[in-house]
Amino acid sequence: MKLLTLATQDKTCTTVLMLLAAVTVVIPLCNVLTAVDSPLHFSAYTVSLVGKYLTFALLGMSLDLVWGYCGILALGHGAFFALGGYAMGMYLMRQIGTRGVYGDPLLPDFMIFLNWKELPWYWFGFDNFGFALLMVVLAPGALAFVFGWLAFRSRVTGVYLSIITQALTYALLLAFFRNEMGFGGNNGLTDFKDILGFNIQSENVRSMLLFLSGSALIISFLLCRWIAGTKLGRVVTAVRDQESRVRFLGYRVEMFKLWIFVFAAMLAGVAGALYVPQVGIINPSEFTPLNSLEIVVWVAMGGRGTLYGAIIGAVVVNYSKTVLTGLMPDAWLFILGSLFVVITVLLPDGIVGLMRRNIRGKQV
Amino acid sequence: MTISPLTRRYPLIALLMLVFSLAAHSGEAPESQPWLDALDTLKKGSMPAREKAILQLAEIKDAHNLAILQALLDGKLYLTKTDAKLVIGTDNHQGFDISNAINGASLGVVEHDALSKINLTNKMRGTLRKIIGELELSADDPKVRLAAVKAMAKDADEKALALLRERGGLEQDEAVRAAIKLTLLLQDMDSEDKGVRIKAIEGVKGFDSQEAANRLNAMVEKDENGEFMEPDGDIRDLAKAALININSRLQLYSSIETVFFGLSLGAVLVLSAIGLAITFGVMGVINMAHGELMMLGAYTTYVMQQLMPNYLGWSIILSIPAAFVISALVGIAIERGIIRFLYGRPLETLLATFGVSLILQQSVRSIFSPLNRSVATPEWMSGSWQINDFLSLTWNRFYILVFCLLVFVLLLQILKRTRLGLEVRAVAQNRKMAKAMGIPTARVDAMTFGLGSGIAGVAGVALSQITNVGPNLGQAYIVDSFMVVVFGGVGNLLGTLVAGFSLGIANKFLEPFAGAVLAKILVLVFIILFIQKRPRGLFPQKGRAADS
Amino acid sequence: MNSFAENLFNEDDKVSSLVVEGKVDTRHGPILYMEDVSVSFDGFKALNKLSLFIDAGELRCMIGPNGAGKTTMMDVITGKTKPDTGSVFFGQTIDLLKMDEPAIAQAGICRKFQKPSVFDALSVFENLELALKTNKGAWNTLFFRLNSEQSDRIGDVMETVGLSALAHSRAGILSHGQKQWLEIGMLLMQEPKVMLVDEPIAGMTHQEIERTAELLLSLQGERSLVVVEHDMEFVRSIAQKVTVLHEGGVLTEGTMDEVQNDPRVIQVYLGG
Repeated sequence: MKLLTLATQDKTCTTVLMLLAAVTVVIPLCNVLTAVDSPLHFSAYTVSLVGKYLTFALLGMSLDLVWGYCGILALGHGAFFALGGYAMGMYLMRQIGTRGVYGDPLLPDFMIFLNWKELPWYWFGFDNFGFALLMVVLAPGALAFVFGWLAFRSRVTGVYLSIITQALTYALLLAFFRNEMGFGGNNGLTDFKDILGFNIQSENVRSMLLFLSGSALIISFLLCRWIAGTKLGRVVTAVRDQESRVRFLGYRVEMFKLWIFVFAAMLAGVAGALYVPQVGIINPSEFTPLNSLEIVVWVAMGGRGTLYGAIIGAVVVNYSKTVLTGLMPDAWLFILGSLFVVITVLLPDGIVGLMRRNIRGKQV
Repeated sequence: MTISPLTRRYPLIALLMLVFSLAAHSGEAPESQPWLDALDTLKKGSMPAREKAILQLAEIKDAHNLAILQALLDGKLYLTKTDAKLVIGTDNHQGFDISNAINGASLGVVEHDALSKINLTNKMRGTLRKIIGELELSADDPKVRLAAVKAMAKDADEKALALLRERGGLEQDEAVRAAIKLTLLLQDMDSEDKGVRIKAIEGVKGFDSQEAANRLNAMVEKDENGEFMEPDGDIRDLAKAALININSRLQLYSSIETVFFGLSLGAVLVLSAIGLAITFGVMGVINMAHGELMMLGAYTTYVMQQLMPNYLGWSIILSIPAAFVISALVGIAIERGIIRFLYGRPLETLLATFGVSLILQQSVRSIFSPLNRSVATPEWMSGSWQINDFLSLTWNRFYILVFCLLVFVLLLQILKRTRLGLEVRAVAQNRKMAKAMGIPTARVDAMTFGLGSGIAGVAGVALSQITNVGPNLGQAYIVDSFMVVVFGGVGNLLGTLVAGFSLGIANKFLEPFAGAVLAKILVLVFIILFIQKRPRGLFPQKGRAADS
Repeated sequence: MNSFAENLFNEDDKVSSLVVEGKVDTRHGPILYMEDVSVSFDGFKALNKLSLFIDAGELRCMIGPNGAGKTTMMDVITGKTKPDTGSVFFGQTIDLLKMDEPAIAQAGICRKFQKPSVFDALSVFENLELALKTNKGAWNTLFFRLNSEQSDRIGDVMETVGLSALAHSRAGILSHGQKQWLEIGMLLMQEPKVMLVDEPIAGMTHQEIERTAELLLSLQGERSLVVVEHDMEFVRSIAQKVTVLHEGGVLTEGTMDEVQNDPRVIQVYLGG
């Protein structure tokens, strides 16, 4: 019985991986190889939509590592995504150079607009792609480290932790809305021109970004699965189920939580960095607590503690969102709200749990 | 009665003084014959006769006297050409709106050329001004007297000052006397006599007056050439000392004001957190839809006002029970429909109730439109309580503060003295034991949740008076309310009260330095750090049960 | 900064600065000292000037009515509860009050809980693997590989506690008694110097109880054991020395016979 579920679990997992690989390779390849009017050619809209879903899937998976495996219901995970996005956005802003409305070689338009005379120190280095990439993981990682260091060491757990993570992203939301912060205030960073010298709007760059998002997702997935399979993964699961018992075995629980939290924050940062060039904007609304809660729904919907469940959930929920907000914009919040209720009350193991139950039902 | 040099120089004033005292004692009936006669003289007579008539009028106390004299001074007193009636007319560009000068009754609109103005000489205008000031200064209502003093202080000439000086000796009302004294002192500050000036500066520093502060400031400042505006060094030093004196009080007042603002913000926080303190603190249920229950309360207020637009005050008062009932019912529905299936799974409860909050928000958006609705404030709640030039407290915030305390005390009493309260506490302390003793825990859960939710609704009524009523109202407060509960110590109502007020005050004290947004961020960061240090809040519950 | 980095990457240094491997100083006999320890919760004195000395290699049984402070005593020793007053030493030199739970566990004091607490989502083997005495820093745990010696050790312990057949079953499906044994097995994996065993035989069959008694008896000498148990028959079967706790303090100590005939004990148990 046990082995059976394990096998099916792996089968679903393999299917998901294969599908991912197919999407990652086929769509960009088709678009590079075929002409625009070919039936095999995907529209720019589709490409960036799929690319966006892939970054969401990565974001959802990183939360699953924290929530599904470590039991930390982080309600501020979107903040790390947004920070990664801002780091990438800052690079893209610096790339605009003299092509901005005001044509200043150094200062982005919004700074000129605010009458700033020089670039704030924290904008230095972002003209360098390598440095920006480093910041994509370091900025969210550092925030997660400081926050986690404080929170886990003083043993803030459960709903308390959830609420203060929400307060964290709420505070960042307020902060990034301020023009004085130097991140473009309300409007955020936008009007990007190119990335590494290539036009960001061009089809090939879009296909490339999709490919990169898919690859990042697959690599991160394999990395997460590897971690979950190590002894560290088992310690973390044990922490989720009986935190204090793990302490009495001699493990410094806070360190395990901290590293998982930091690692997941970095993954979220990568997701944000891949998201921004594909949608062309990053603004403070990414910090809204609602965004972070939506991520939780993706994971819960897919089935937490499975990693691939989070990927399924992210894609299913976001696809429904795209379709439904187009059809009846008012209904989306009703549906999202009901999803929260229905999943938690009736479907605690999400889609993956449902599939497993079906398979098990057939076997018996 | 000694005759001051001033009265000697202005016999008219002496006369008026006399007249005034006579009038004050005679107490003649309105529309008496002498009054009507005087009015008659006014409209017919030659200029000297007219002047005499004015003096006559001044002797008589009549309700319409002041209006007629004011109109006369403003050039609004006319005679109708047809029947020579004395009217007060207001130019409305097409013609005049006129009213009978004798009894104030409206007489409709007439053409411009249907009236002839009653003209005055400059001398008569001067006299009139004195008389009007005098009449107002001697009005029965201290408020009118105070207003008169303040009006006269604005461009006080010698004559007005003389009037004030006389009046100052007679005045019974504390506030009016102080205002007169201040006006005179301010005048003396420009005196030529150094001794008078010194005395004036000494005197003026005791007053909470913006004008006094401005004048003193002007004395110690330098002009563009770097010269002191005030050449006399002694005076400057005195002015500096007086300024320090006034400024220290100013600081005190601004602190009082900040504390008041802080308390009123704290009251809002406490109101929004107190319901949460029950559901989260007593039951351990985390209800993310709490903010939306407040929103329902605010919308209830809006609907009540729509239902009874003519009884604004009553609609607010009736909204309180209505909002309580509505939010409580919704809360009970949430508890029975969802939360009870999730007891012991706090994270799932959090997510499910968050879903409910989205549904409630969108429902309100669909029913009432996504735009903010405006809720009117009844008259007794608007305006502010002007204590002095530097300190005024707005009524609505004051009422909310009082309301918050009332709700808090009421809630404590409910928990302490009623059967429900006893059962709630019993279930909170030991659910199994309470159940074993025959307490219907399911019903108690529902009632507790209803109570907490109802209070959220009541908080919504209060919020509708100070903020926009819209679908996002609840969201803005949910994080704050959780912070208050956690900061105060979960399961401790008094802690919630203290936490709410201290956070409110801290926020308001930070605002001047950091700005509103940064202040909020700082407070949030502070609480996050605080929870690290004391995860159980300001007033933690101790014991073995608290550890699990 | 130094200690900060130390904490992050080299967590065990904190312990090793206090403990040299295998060198708990027991030259004066006792391995565990509790002196004048008091703990109060909201005015209720859970421990009231409790003094207790456990000799190296000793098997000590603790009995006492509910609320006598047995579990609180274990909480204090293992670092879960910090006492209001008093001192707790491991050997002559290690001040347990300055250490947190993981440090105390790594120093060699391990605990079985009253309610068996094993990790339901992990298999029996994995439960034991987690308990295995080794470097327990996060980095080392991530790259941890079992060597053959360690696998054998896990196998031995599974044999000892009779769970070999269930090695790859999830711990969640075990019976209450099996969970008790698994937890005892986890204690063995940690190779502790002191084992605190809280109610080990609840939910066990008669044979299981006998085997547990054998197991505990076989451990004494090599390790020090403190066993809390309500079952007097079981206590009689293993105990040399019994301590009776009452109202947070030691009521009396002695052999089982001495204790049972002590009029104060009779009064406490029978309510006089």
